[in-house]
Amino acid sequence: MKKAFPILAALTALFLAYAFYEAMFVAPTDALQGDVYRIIYYHVPSAWTAFLLFFINFIASVQYLANAKPSTQRAAKWIVIAIGIAGAIAPFIPQVKQMLPPGMYPSSVATTALIIVGLYFLIGKFFPGQSLDVLAVTTAEVGVVFCTIVLVTGPIWARPVWGIWWAPGDIRLTSTLVLWLIYVSYLVLRRFSDSAQTQKLAAVLAVFGALDVPLVYFSIWFFRTQHPQPVIGGGGSMDPRMLNVLLISWMAFLCFAFLVCWARYRLEQLRREVEEAEALESLREPGAPSAQTSKAKVPLSRGPQ
Amino acid sequence: MRSFWSITMATLTKDIRLEWRSKDALNAMLFFSLLVVVIFVFSFDPLAEESRHIVGGLIWVAFLFAAVVALNQTWARELRNQVLDAYRVSPAPANALFVAKVLGNFIFVSLLEALMAPLFVIFYNLRVLGPAWQLMPVALLGTWALVVNGTFFAAMSVRTRSRELMLPLLLFPVSIPAVISMVAATTSILTGEDSAHFYIVLLLTYDVVFTTACLGLFDTVLQAE
Repeated sequence: MKKAFPILAALTALFLAYAFYEAMFVAPTDALQGDVYRIIYYHVPSAWTAFLLFFINFIASVQYLANAKPSTQRAAKWIVIAIGIAGAIAPFIPQVKQMLPPGMYPSSVATTALIIVGLYFLIGKFFPGQSLDVLAVTTAEVGVVFCTIVLVTGPIWARPVWGIWWAPGDIRLTSTLVLWLIYVSYLVLRRFSDSAQTQKLAAVLAVFGALDVPLVYFSIWFFRTQHPQPVIGGGGSMDPRMLNVLLISWMAFLCFAFLVCWARYRLEQLRREVEEAEALESLREPGAPSAQTSKAKVPLSRGPQ
Repeated sequence: MRSFWSITMATLTKDIRLEWRSKDALNAMLFFSLLVVVIFVFSFDPLAEESRHIVGGLIWVAFLFAAVVALNQTWARELRNQVLDAYRVSPAPANALFVAKVLGNFIFVSLLEALMAPLFVIFYNLRVLGPAWQLMPVALLGTWALVVNGTFFAAMSVRTRSRELMLPLLLFPVSIPAVISMVAATTSILTGEDSAHFYIVLLLTYDVVFTTACLGLFDTVLQAE
């Protein structure tokens, strides 16, 4: 980490600067909104990044809960595979195909389902045991930061364009706000509970939060929504040059999010190792001579991993 | 299966008997929601026409706050004399305990609602313009939604520091869709302008989803160590 991190940080900074240049100077000005719309290059990529991080948190939490017993672990594996197969085949069945909103292709839905299943197994492979929980903390914290950016830039953008700061009946605004609230309560729970139980309680809360989001979505479904329709896959009428810049901006944000997550992940891992080392140290008999040598084992000064 | 229900009923009767003798939770809830109603009356002084539009929100906010008072008591009572630890080591199914606690809270909160609803009618001069019988399923489903998640999160918050404070912090964000549905359904019945069917179905969905999730995960929360 010691060597790769500064290099990647510099590359990310360059990438973000390039995305800023593209967003401010290269992307064409919007015909209706003028230059105000350029905040989209920060608003939308943050939203996508936050949702992706929350989704990873959900997968990590489900896996953490499923891994408690071998039987549930096996059951969860087969359920995920079943969901993947169903999600890959169902969109091509004519009856289901008709239910998809216009502009959403069956192939893209199927690909998404497969990516979700792939993500589940990749996370399970690379984050065994307790590191699933470390991943969950990391993604929740960084996700809340990005979600906050979305909630701050949204009203700034809405005020000149819609004439109001906040549209209370809008689906996406309210679901994003509720999502943010749920994850803040998740972080509060982690902050306030004792270390031995935190992981399981937090994972349970993450699952509840994920169940909640579709219900929030439907409960506001009745109101007319003011927010523009989705840009990708929603039959949007966005200029391809704008879309291009938007995707570049998103890639830059993803790199940045990855970098922050990586640093936070290492920090949390080291914190836990220090905690364990201290716990072991306190178990040692007072007369034992190894107090100094075991200090050196505390893994703060470890090399690249 | 018989032992499941016998454990549930035993815990439920124990809770009701305790509550009947002490009347701690019920008195606190009643007085608390009475205070909320009175404060609302002073804060908003609407005409009868306007009040139909806002009372749905006020009534459920009052019940939500009052329910938290009762829910906090649920598990705190079991901490004394290590009753909860005894439960954990006993072979009794965890869900039997959970169902008993949910039913107990459901009875207490329903009782509170039955006593407080007339007060709202008096203070706000309410007259229902829509189909009034639909208020019954909304009240039952809404109370269940609050109580099932509330009991579950109370079991979680009892494990944390400052546990009385944690319950609303955990419960309110997850309850938002239920609160939206309850308030919207009540308002549309009171004003008679819209149909409440969509929201009643949504509440039912919420109840089914979260009751299943609670039953599936309660064992994990009870045994979390």
